[in-house]
Amino acid sequence: MSEIIQIRNLKKTFASDKSTVIALDGVDLSIEEGEIFGIIGLSGAGKSTLVRCMNYLEKPTSGSVIFDGQDLGSMNEKELRKARRSISMIFQGFHLLMQRNALQNVCFPLEIAGVPKKEAQRKAKEMLELVGIADKAQAYPAQLSGGQKQRVAIARALATDPKVLLCDEATSALDPTTTQSILSLLQQINQKLGVTIVVITHEMGVIEAICRRVAILDHSRVAECGRVEEIFVNPRSDIAKQLIYPHGKKEPVFQKGECIRIVFDGSSSFEPVVSNMVLACGTAVNILFADTKNIDGKAYGQMLLQLPEDEMAKRKIYTYLSGQNLHFKEECANV
Amino acid sequence: MFNPDMIRLLAQGIWETLYMTIVSSLLSYVLGLPLGILLIVTDKNGIHPMGFLNRLLGFVVNFVRSVPFLILLIAVIPFTRFLVGTSVGSTATIVPLVLASAPFVARMVESSLKEVDHGVVEAAQSMGAGVWQVVTKVLLPEAKPSLILNAAIATTTILGYSAMSGFVGGGGLGTISINYGFYRYQSDVMLVTVLLLVVIVQVFQEIGFRIATKGDKRSR
Ligand SMILES: Nc1ncnc2c1ncn2[C@@H]1O[C@H](COP(=O)(O)OP(=O)(O)OP(=O)(O)O)[C@@H](O)[C@H]1O
Ligand SMILES: [Mg+2]
Repeated sequence: MSEIIQIRNLKKTFASDKSTVIALDGVDLSIEEGEIFGIIGLSGAGKSTLVRCMNYLEKPTSGSVIFDGQDLGSMNEKELRKARRSISMIFQGFHLLMQRNALQNVCFPLEIAGVPKKEAQRKAKEMLELVGIADKAQAYPAQLSGGQKQRVAIARALATDPKVLLCDEATSALDPTTTQSILSLLQQINQKLGVTIVVITHEMGVIEAICRRVAILDHSRVAECGRVEEIFVNPRSDIAKQLIYPHGKKEPVFQKGECIRIVFDGSSSFEPVVSNMVLACGTAVNILFADTKNIDGKAYGQMLLQLPEDEMAKRKIYTYLSGQNLHFKEECANV
Repeated sequence: MFNPDMIRLLAQGIWETLYMTIVSSLLSYVLGLPLGILLIVTDKNGIHPMGFLNRLLGFVVNFVRSVPFLILLIAVIPFTRFLVGTSVGSTATIVPLVLASAPFVARMVESSLKEVDHGVVEAAQSMGAGVWQVVTKVLLPEAKPSLILNAAIATTTILGYSAMSGFVGGGGLGTISINYGFYRYQSDVMLVTVLLLVVIVQVFQEIGFRIATKGDKRSR
């Protein structure tokens, strides 16, 4: 796969009279064409700054952003404005033009690009249809719900046939149901149009729902970057653990008895493993710890089971699990 | 007092007042609108920061605004004579009116444009909009209701200034009220002119308010 955005040793400092803030401190990333890439981090980690550097709304202090093989830093204002039509952006606050209706909002980037009015309107209607609110074409933003506004913003962002869609906290102002619908719309757009999508968020759920790869940003640096499921199964950095177990969930320390740890790495489908096992073996087990997630219908995460004392029952369980093609290992009970 | 001569005089006064106010307001916007746009665009957080120009314009605007209108009116008499050929009458009064109002209008325009959400400007920039496009397609249309409302306020303020210019023979209702009410103690005439001014202010304000709210797509 080719890389659509490459970020090399990107640094950004904000200097004011009194102090300087280092917002990005040597960030390296590459985003592949056609993927949905997530960037997650706590507030102030530098996510917005990073995404704004990707279209040079913010000029980096040093380092480079290569978009589609071209260094944005080497472009003049005019070339940059042209390149920006291929790097669209949506925002947490939607940022629609309040004095224009939905259709006119979607026409806006086309007007800027100098597309003739008729052609622009045709394209805008097509885009509104794509995001599923063709019936709201004449409505003004003040008459739309948050989810509908974000749909208009997405239609507007896609009107110029961009290669990349940057989403800065695009769902953070929406309720969970609307968030889900917007996320699946993004996924659909990614598949249908092949647009590369960069999703900025502070919610792991968003990453889980649609991203293929993720970079975890912490204190202006990339703490960890890789496939979503790998990071879920095996978070290495503290910040990754913190984001995956948001309530400081820690693995418990066990009293006694024999335990096994089952690791779900996506090779099995998401089904009720434990209850099936209990039914098949006819013995009860105690779930000491579980953190599993359903990503794309596959199971990820791990589960810690306390086994019964009875040797026969124990053997039954081992046999059952081996037959299920699940990874598990025996754990000594900690005191 | 309502003899035909007086009525003719008052009608003439109304006409002159409207003429001064409307022409001065238009010319104030011809100067003040670009000035206001320049102030906001060149601001250090603006879309094309130019520190020196911004500070210079800001200083000039504040300087002119801090000069009391009556003093400005008298101070620019030579300039008025040069432009219009005379320093009395309603056409001559337009010169100081515009000079005094343009900086005020510039500040009004600046504050209207400042109300536009910066995020929307940023969204436009992320689509590749240049400075001119941001001004003409985002700032001005988005601020339109506020600009119209402020225009009504500016117009009524200019009307007030025009009445003040009556002291130095500026013409219009202001001159009538000074000449008859102040110098000849005809307080009924003064009262009528003041009432007429009140009505004109109300009408301008109401028209501005109606146009502004009717055209605003944020409400409803
Ligand atoms: N224009 C600016 N001027 C000065 N400091 C800034 C500016 N923009 C961002 N910063 C600082 O840079 C750091 C990173 O900010 P950024 O907005 O990128 O964080 P974020 O990860 O997007 O946070 P959030 O989740 O709250 O949006 C913060 O410390 C912030 O205060
Ligand atoms: Mg942010």
